[in-house]
Amino acid sequence: MANLTKEELFQAKIDAEIKIEPKDWMPEAYRKTLIRQISQHAHSEIIGMLPEGNWISRAPSLRRKVALLAKVQDEAGHGLYLYSAAETLGVDRADLMNDLVTGKAKYSSIFNYPTLTWADMGAIGWLVDGAAIMNQVPLCRCSYGPYARAMVRVCKEESFHQRQGYEIMMTLSNGTPEQKAMAQDALNRWWWPSIMMFGPSDADSSHSAQSMAWKIKRFSNDELRQRFVDATVSQAEYLGLTLPDKDLKWNEERGSYDFGAIDWDEFWNVVKGNGPCNRQRIKARQKAEENGKWVKEAAMAYAEKRRKRQQKIKTQEAAKAA
Amino acid sequence: MSKKNWPLWEVFIRSKQGLSHKHAGSLHAADEKMAIENARDVYTRRMEGVSIWVVESKHIHASNPLEQGELFEPANDKVYRHPTFYDIPDEIGHM
Repeated sequence: MANLTKEELFQAKIDAEIKIEPKDWMPEAYRKTLIRQISQHAHSEIIGMLPEGNWISRAPSLRRKVALLAKVQDEAGHGLYLYSAAETLGVDRADLMNDLVTGKAKYSSIFNYPTLTWADMGAIGWLVDGAAIMNQVPLCRCSYGPYARAMVRVCKEESFHQRQGYEIMMTLSNGTPEQKAMAQDALNRWWWPSIMMFGPSDADSSHSAQSMAWKIKRFSNDELRQRFVDATVSQAEYLGLTLPDKDLKWNEERGSYDFGAIDWDEFWNVVKGNGPCNRQRIKARQKAEENGKWVKEAAMAYAEKRRKRQQKIKTQEAAKAA
Repeated sequence: MSKKNWPLWEVFIRSKQGLSHKHAGSLHAADEKMAIENARDVYTRRMEGVSIWVVESKHIHASNPLEQGELFEPANDKVYRHPTFYDIPDEIGHM
């Protein structure tokens, strides 16, 4: 053991499934990778509140409204668990937020698509949260302790998100022909962006191999994407809806579904900032930061004043006692 | 810019009476009152708690992971601190 380098000792811990905790030694690249991944993940939760927040005031019933409100509130919470995990790596939340509003940091591209009808709330819960869960469950075993613990909480809370979405899709699919058409339209628009959520195919994924060796990632993008497709086909069939992919068919030999080619040009175009809502999403965050600034400052000033007043009372009491 | 930011607080939650508070995560807040209110919203949305502690993160002192060996390894060879180290005949029963 004595003649192992720091890096080798670190990798030996990872290989032995010993979690890495905040103050442990870690390679700079491991720290950087985690900061990038966890903050992107946090940003995705926060930006993810916007497309759904769009429908809270127009939810068709009180039952749907409380559920959507709770889901969006959960997303705020998930963002906070994740920022909290990122901060254990020595970054400041305000700096991370700044990277988001200046466009330096990325977030999941799926949230750059618009939510045009109520059925989108169903499709997002079912597909987008479904894909997110597929990604996040293995992250519960990530080698970095605080990230893994945050993911355990997130995963526990997220299964309600997917179920409420599927329930919306069921109700619409069993409704009038117009309602069913609305559900199908939402599925048509969200299907491809959802399976793009797993990221570029393994051959083009720049960070994958190292992340697998560090056990930040447990499965490749393509593996997770395949699992998601396999899990979703029968769910669509149950709804009586059609997945918008004419090449989708069962492959007996592989025991999986084959599916059509993904339009990676569209994917990269949205990643680069040219999706339908990229600018709108960032603008909404900038506005929230700007409008909330005075509140933050006022709260800080008030806290400072209170602290001083309490200090003064204490000093006076001490003087009296003496 | 970062000087004016709300400080970081560590949050500890008691999940039910009879159990101790356990670390849940952290958050930013201007003061202890806001930290408790925020902790309630962030960490107890599903009845996870009946009591909250918040401590400003800068007040927490931790052991150094590099000293893990010297701190904790001495306990490894002190098996005589465990009841199973002592041979008691079976007929004595539970002791």
